[in-house]
Amino acid sequence: MSAVTSPRKPSLSRSAWLASPPPAVAGLAAGWLAFCLLVWAYGASPRAMAVLLFEGTWGTTYGAGQVLFKATPLLFTGIAVDLALRAGLFNIGAEGQLAVASLVAGVVGSLLPAGTPAVVAVPVVLLFAMAAGALWALVPAIMRSRFGAHEVISTIMMNRIADGVIGLGLGAGLALTGTVRTADVVGGARLPRLEVIHGGFRGSAASLALPIGVGTVLLVAASYRRGRFGRELGLLGKNARAMEAEGVPVGTRFTQALVASGALAGAASLGTVLGYKGYFEEGLGAGAGFTGLAVALLGRGSAVGIVLAALLFGTLQQGGLALNAHVPKELMDVLQGVVICAIALVDARLRAAVGGRA
Amino acid sequence: MSLLSVVFSGTMLAQTVRMAVPYAGAALGGVLSERSGVVNIALEGILLTSALSAVAVQHATGSAALGAIAGVGSGALVGLLHATLVVRGRVDAIVSGLAINLAAAGGTRFLLRALYGSSSNSPSVPGLEVFAGMTPVVRTLLDPFVLVTVLAVVAAATMLDRTAFGLRLRACGEDPSAAQAVGVHVARTRTVAVVLGGAAAGLGGTALAYDLHQFQAGMSGGRGFIALAAVIVSGWSPRGAAVACALFAALDALQIVLQNQTRAPSQLFAVLPFVATLVALALVARREASSRAPAGLGRHPD
Repeated sequence: MSAVTSPRKPSLSRSAWLASPPPAVAGLAAGWLAFCLLVWAYGASPRAMAVLLFEGTWGTTYGAGQVLFKATPLLFTGIAVDLALRAGLFNIGAEGQLAVASLVAGVVGSLLPAGTPAVVAVPVVLLFAMAAGALWALVPAIMRSRFGAHEVISTIMMNRIADGVIGLGLGAGLALTGTVRTADVVGGARLPRLEVIHGGFRGSAASLALPIGVGTVLLVAASYRRGRFGRELGLLGKNARAMEAEGVPVGTRFTQALVASGALAGAASLGTVLGYKGYFEEGLGAGAGFTGLAVALLGRGSAVGIVLAALLFGTLQQGGLALNAHVPKELMDVLQGVVICAIALVDARLRAAVGGRA
Repeated sequence: MSLLSVVFSGTMLAQTVRMAVPYAGAALGGVLSERSGVVNIALEGILLTSALSAVAVQHATGSAALGAIAGVGSGALVGLLHATLVVRGRVDAIVSGLAINLAAAGGTRFLLRALYGSSSNSPSVPGLEVFAGMTPVVRTLLDPFVLVTVLAVVAAATMLDRTAFGLRLRACGEDPSAAQAVGVHVARTRTVAVVLGGAAAGLGGTALAYDLHQFQAGMSGGRGFIALAAVIVSGWSPRGAAVACALFAALDALQIVLQNQTRAPSQLFAVLPFVATLVALALVARREASSRAPAGLGRHPD
């Protein structure tokens, strides 16, 4: 315990460090081990696949650009899930919130007058998309605050309902005839690719949504410490009952947290609809909501942590594609599960060690 | 045939009963696990894992029985993993469940490609065909999976209410610290409960795959989560959860009929079970049935 209370940086011996390594290190190590084992079991060479993984991601400027592109929506969904998690809520519905928001972004973007300047078009589309994500989160939020229904089940139900509603909407005339995609959004609503701004990104699909995403993560994480709302959320997650006794409207705060989380998840459509395709099609951005959960669990409320986690899972996704010809890319989903488990395990041990035997 | 005559036909009844089995197996898994105090959202992953295991083993050995054993066994194994992470490792049960679901969704697809070179479905297997000459109603009511599921529900209810182990299990779920104080081995009891629950859900997954005669990627389709809602709606009772599952299955069967028999867009009906789940959860919470949740759910002994 002295290491914890000491004002100087705690210097642990090597054996103690190995016994309880930092969670992120444990997660990476477990993920690496699982990678080697699964690749080997599949009959491929772990060494060759690791080389391929590196070359397809950080080894080339194109690969690095693609990682950044894959990480972009994860920044938004990651901070979205993190915000809810701060209040002690699991927003497993980021997937559906993003899907509905993306459809709205595609539709609104295509309905704007052709000459709309970017300074108007992008905020308008973003506003509608975030409102759609918020609305989709409002249902489980009300279910939670009014009826006490656990948000894990209701957000998952909303994901399924989103799939149906999107199919229904596209079939009912929101899609171009005979397709499952909306019309193109107007030119002003498109976010320019980074390759236009800097030659180093040539060929990568990363867009201006990336810096916007990083900015959003920084802003939201800063609000946890600065703003009253953010601070209350954190306390709410730790002890909701005490907050209620203090006169904080707990139900309202839960609702606000989940709705804000939905709006942030909806903003991920900047990376998919406005920054990439320029329209919405069925399945665009699928998986970003679920991976956002992994990003939030790994990032743990720190802006740097969330950005790094988004980069890590972006790397895994892009790496999965690079390997797909040799090893199924679904390998990376398994790795995600392993990384989450390993981090949670070490985290629980650390908490037990710090908390002592309460 | 008119819509009504289809809805009230024997085939529809048979369909409902068959479709109820995966829900009921998973719900039984949820009841056993949560009555012991361990939140279990890994049911979805257990359904997937057991469905693939059953199909893969039947495909390899040609034996439906061995396939079923593999399905149930793999369900129990995933249950053991969840229990180990949560009970021994003290990982948040929702985090553990999420990770297991993620790994199961990816892992089954991975294996599908590794074993059969397909990213969507396995080759077809015979499943379990008995009483093949009978009418659908008789065949369904005598179906071994239906019978075993009914037996398992009754057995679980009796075990919880009437046996010493059931009492200990419930004690762990209501007040783990008190249970530990009177000498109950909380970690062991909970682990056994979650493993048994995993086996029950594994039975459901096996039935799901045998019913379709193949494994399809993502075939659990949210059933594990609907089953969990059935657990909550029923107030954590095995029999009540089974009844709730039968209702969800009836709705599921109905939406398939409606999709086939009407010209309305299919998605309109496909979301029906999920909307119904939300409505049921809201209604029940109003009745304060949720206050019957095990008091020690998610808590560890001090």
